[in-house]
Amino acid sequence: MIVAALILGTLLAVALRAEAGRGFGASDWAALRFTLTQATLSAVLSVGLAIGLSRALARRRFWGRSALIALLGAPFILPVIVAILGLLTVFGRAGWISQILMIFGLDPLQIYGLHGVVLAHVFFNLPLATRLILQGWQEIPAERFRLAAQVNAGPGAIWQLLEAPMLRRVVPGALAVVFAICLSSFAVALTLGGGPRATTLELAIYQAFRFDFDLGRAALLSAVQLGLTGIAGFVALRVSDKDGVGAGLDRVLRRWDGETPLARCIDLAWIGFAALFLILPLSAVVVSGLSGLVLLGASVWVAALTSVLVAGLSTVLLLSLALPMAAAVAMGRSTLIEVAGILGLAASPLVIGTGLFIVIYPVADPFELALPVTALVNAVMALPFALRILVPRAREVMLRYGRLSLSLDMAGTPFLWRVFLPRMRAQIGFAAGLAAALSMGDLGVITLFADPEVATLPLQVYRLMGAYQMEAAAGAALVLLILSMGAFWILDRGGRWHAEA
Amino acid sequence: MKYSVFAAAILSASAAYAETPELTVYTYDSFVSDWGPGPAVEKAFEAQCGCDLKLIGAGDGAALLARVKLEGARSQADVVLGLDTNLTAAAAATGLFAEHGVQAEYSLPVSWEDAYFAPYDWGYFAFVHNADAVSVPTDFKALGASDVKIVIQDPRSSTPGLGLLMWVKAAYGDEAPAIWADLADNVVTVTKGWSEAYGLFLEGEADMVLSYTTSPAYHLIAEEDGSKAAAAFAEGHYLQVEVAGIMAASDQPELAKDFMNFMVSEEFQSIIPTTNWMYPAVTPSAGLPEGFETLITPAKSLLLSADEAAALRDGALGEWLDALSQ
Repeated sequence: MIVAALILGTLLAVALRAEAGRGFGASDWAALRFTLTQATLSAVLSVGLAIGLSRALARRRFWGRSALIALLGAPFILPVIVAILGLLTVFGRAGWISQILMIFGLDPLQIYGLHGVVLAHVFFNLPLATRLILQGWQEIPAERFRLAAQVNAGPGAIWQLLEAPMLRRVVPGALAVVFAICLSSFAVALTLGGGPRATTLELAIYQAFRFDFDLGRAALLSAVQLGLTGIAGFVALRVSDKDGVGAGLDRVLRRWDGETPLARCIDLAWIGFAALFLILPLSAVVVSGLSGLVLLGASVWVAALTSVLVAGLSTVLLLSLALPMAAAVAMGRSTLIEVAGILGLAASPLVIGTGLFIVIYPVADPFELALPVTALVNAVMALPFALRILVPRAREVMLRYGRLSLSLDMAGTPFLWRVFLPRMRAQIGFAAGLAAALSMGDLGVITLFADPEVATLPLQVYRLMGAYQMEAAAGAALVLLILSMGAFWILDRGGRWHAEA
Repeated sequence: MKYSVFAAAILSASAAYAETPELTVYTYDSFVSDWGPGPAVEKAFEAQCGCDLKLIGAGDGAALLARVKLEGARSQADVVLGLDTNLTAAAAATGLFAEHGVQAEYSLPVSWEDAYFAPYDWGYFAFVHNADAVSVPTDFKALGASDVKIVIQDPRSSTPGLGLLMWVKAAYGDEAPAIWADLADNVVTVTKGWSEAYGLFLEGEADMVLSYTTSPAYHLIAEEDGSKAAAAFAEGHYLQVEVAGIMAASDQPELAKDFMNFMVSEEFQSIIPTTNWMYPAVTPSAGLPEGFETLITPAKSLLLSADEAAALRDGALGEWLDALSQ
């Protein structure tokens, strides 16, 4: 398989190049410790808050609820750099909250460092964790709550009998997923870390690479990072095993236990807090971006075009990798391919980037290949998500139409074009939208390969921030936001167009 | 296939300029910014060379060297402008640079005999603060003991960051780790380059920023604002001499030499003080602009030789990383 070859090949290159050299110094241990600390904190906080939030969302029906839940999906395709700009506008030392604090004579907030990194990670992962746990809540059949109300079970008993067992089943998986995602945090640590104290392993790889040009050390760090993400990815897959809570009649859920004024207040507080926490930074980007739009120079538009091209190429690459894989899994040839899927979860962009650099360097100028390499790495990164979207539907299509098609002697290309692909349209659109948005917003491998004249839009935003042109950066971030969301929307819609029939 | 078509589409844009000779100069970001020396330098040199001068910002000074190492002989750079004496030994050791052959009457505080790198400006590192700040530390020990918040630059990517490392080392020698341990809790954030750090300071994210004794001149002259000052430190101030060198693999060696000679000429040198906000390497005949006389002059000037600095760098970097990653 190409994917496995790509990931394993680059790893091999990295491993061969990894040398004891300066060894694993005190600062590398500090990076390892920090990586683990921030990932643990981010996971515990995100999931902890998500429990409260998802409980509130599960208990309440209110106007805008579905909009809020849809909004919970937004941070996933939100370019990291855009979110960081938004968070800085709200939580920075000169941000909105600091200004309010100063009115009351309090010290402004200090965002750089561990808490800044964790804050950004919670911003990204609270919605994800909430969605995962909310799903758990919705899987508890409505009849159970009806029964609980009939036997007059109080909130304590409901918690003990219904909610706690469900959480015990769902929470470990959510924790592991968030932990695994935060392990390979790069852009957040790069912008909000604030120095050696808050260096993740990914960032240390970048520094070894770009600051010291020490490929051996970059490779050594990559090997450590790979071990970590590999273990975490494996654990995440393992603990997310499911066994159901039992079936119900899909009755409308009514929660008699949540109708006390106190419960209402608590739920309202949770939902209000979450909505503010998610919406404020986004609106900050829009508000400050609008005034920055007029300042945008040609370089931003060139970068925007570059990003669109990279995202397009990445999407095409992703689909040409993921569709055959999904089809193969659906036909039962799965083990090797699922392994490739796991690898995709475990591999970090910078590790693959480092590996590719080492491979390309002796034969060609890696900087000339910056954009195709970025597109390729982005495609591999999106692969695990795409497979999760495509595989269930592919299985269903095979199950329903496989035997009929065989009996009609319809196999190979005709089956693919007439049966398989048309029925996969919605999922293909969704996966493509996701891939395009992720690639559009990625600030990872491009930082290794970019030469000063080539930039994707996220990199250009980062450079503008570096040159302290905050207003122009905000404008460019708004363009990036529109492009990312737009690409997702168009592809996702395109997949569903006329698909109702 | 897809890759090559795609790459060709992106790259063809740069091929269109091939008719006029093109000189590519890698430099640091603040040099090429709209308010830096870049635009004026480009205009002045293009008026006399009949060429296209491409100034490319490639990060801060130390990242510049890493960049050149990364690209090796394949680099498109003809000239690299923006290294300093703490990096010249390491840069010369790469074998990527050629001798420059520039002769000039330098007005540097030190004598100059480097065959590979020629200086274009100089200044003293200093912490810049708001002039109305209540308590301003007067040495590193006082700074470490205070709760004054500072922004510094990463020595691996930035020449001021590396300069600070050498400053502490030159002033305190083996005591440097203890100084850094005390400073660690004063550091708000470590930025990749000078521009980010100075921007954060102006935005109010810190009380002091590592910059130059000449930085207040910018506010005074360009903004008629006397609210910024540089703190005089009792240990003395570390000297930075900024230099440029020609790439041995350059395809425009003659043009590169012309540029180096232009760099120490009256025209380039009179652009420097009020755009790069440093002392010119050759004082222009008109002297320094008005306002520069208000700047502090360090009682003592510190400078490690290029070889000393290169020998100390890795050890000092390790000490710094250890102290700040606690």
